Amino acid sequence: MCLAVPGKVVAIDDSAEPLTGLIDFGGVQKKACLEYVSDVKVGEYVIVHVGFALQRLDEESALASLKLFEELGLLEEEFGDAWEQAAREAGGTAAAEPENSGSEAR
Amino acid sequence: MKYIDEFNDPQLARRLLDEIRATATRPWALMEVCGGQTHSIIRHGIDQLLPEQVELIHGPGCPVCVTPLEVIDKALEIAARPGVIFCSFGDMLRVPGTDRDLFRVKGEGGDVRVVYSPLDALELARRNPDREVVFFAIGFETTAPANAMAVHQARRLGLSNFSLLVSHVRVPPAVEAIMTAPECRVQGFLAAGHVCSVMGMAEYPELAERFRVPMVVTGFEPLDILEGIRRAVRQLERGEHRVENAYPRAVREEGNPAAVRMIEEVFEVTDRSWRGIGRIPASGWRLTDAFRAYDAEHRFDVSGIRTEEPAECRAGEVLQGLIKPTECAAFGTTCTPRTPLGATMVSSEGACAAYYLYRRMNALAPQAGGTAPQEVTPVA
Ligand code: SF4
Repeated sequence: MCLAVPGKVVAIDDSAEPLTGLIDFGGVQKKACLEYVSDVKVGEYVIVHVGFALQRLDEESALASLKLFEELGLLEEEFGDAWEQAAREAGGTAAAEPENSGSEAR
Repeated sequence: MKYIDEFNDPQLARRLLDEIRATATRPWALMEVCGGQTHSIIRHGIDQLLPEQVELIHGPGCPVCVTPLEVIDKALEIAARPGVIFCSFGDMLRVPGTDRDLFRVKGEGGDVRVVYSPLDALELARRNPDREVVFFAIGFETTAPANAMAVHQARRLGLSNFSLLVSHVRVPPAVEAIMTAPECRVQGFLAAGHVCSVMGMAEYPELAERFRVPMVVTGFEPLDILEGIRRAVRQLERGEHRVENAYPRAVREEGNPAAVRMIEEVFEVTDRSWRGIGRIPASGWRLTDAFRAYDAEHRFDVSGIRTEEPAECRAGEVLQGLIKPTECAAFGTTCTPRTPLGATMVSSEGACAAYYLYRRMNALAPQAGGTAPQEVTPVA
């Protein structure tokens, strides 16, 4: 949860309140709130934490971090299915159904 | 230098390590504050690549780990109520309360949902006007702007079925508590980079000056951490104690003013208990009076909760850097990620879980004296 992941702004919805954009995290795309970096442009990189862009980042360091996160499996940890993960940790006793596991924004 | 090839730039890592080795003439103890840094350090075996004069002490910077048992029990109680949709980040699911966790509550029929962002919880509230949607708002300064925005939006949209169970914590008072503890051995800090992305660096010079400790703002990739250590050791050897920014690509001196403004509109500073550590003055945030209507503790009567920490769990000492996880008798025996006794064994940012995942083989092997050097054993 502490992970702040760099991603590329691929679209911005100016009419949304708060300001919202579509961010690409090395293939996984998610919506994020851009209100705290409100003058960001499509094509720029930002650091996103729990669905909020917190700062801009230059492309080179963004791509380097993303590559590293992917190698380490951190992107899976951040965006993967938390119920599956919890079930695995609990020893496979699937006490929970994975069906409504995720956020609506997936 | 085993495993150094795993670094994204092994040559640079080697150079930084050589420089640290050449600089450190005496023993120094540095604390990394952020749980993400702890995870990265153990995963890459950075603590074992360092020259023996430089010791890393793991700090309390894992929000999942420090959320007090009482608040976990309140969450479990609210989540089990009919009519409630309880939303949380995924890493809270297996944090043990007094007698169960959120994963169990869901198995027993509670409507617990994992969300990626508090705005997802807000969306659920909008779509389910007949249900009470509660979001478990934990986290440090990095998460606070998101949670602040969620309540701000709830008020703007006139949503009356949305509330936050708030357990926000702040780093600077924790640093102060660590430095004033009589057993404290910390001589320098690697300050948490993403916290500073939001808050900036203004709160740190006073702490660095008062406790005469270097504070180096550090990211949490392996090379960032090595660079943070290099700078902290250099300051210590020169007898300096300044605030330095070793993570300028993500941290500006002033932080993110828009985010700070939103935090200040919605939250006010309050005392908070930290799991395993106890009460730290001014170390948290709660909703201001203007937003009290969105406080789940007001909306649901959750007073009268009785909590019980497992006696053998020493997470409090782990979180303050007083012991290493392997010094806890329960480590790897009665306490594993499958059967966690404390939150530090649950979260991937918790020191106990990090030691368990990456050092299991050696840590469980009999060792002389408990602090014998261990090999890094990446299992993933
Ligand atoms: S190993 Fe388990 S019991 Fe021991 S301190 Fe860590 S979480 Fe607590």
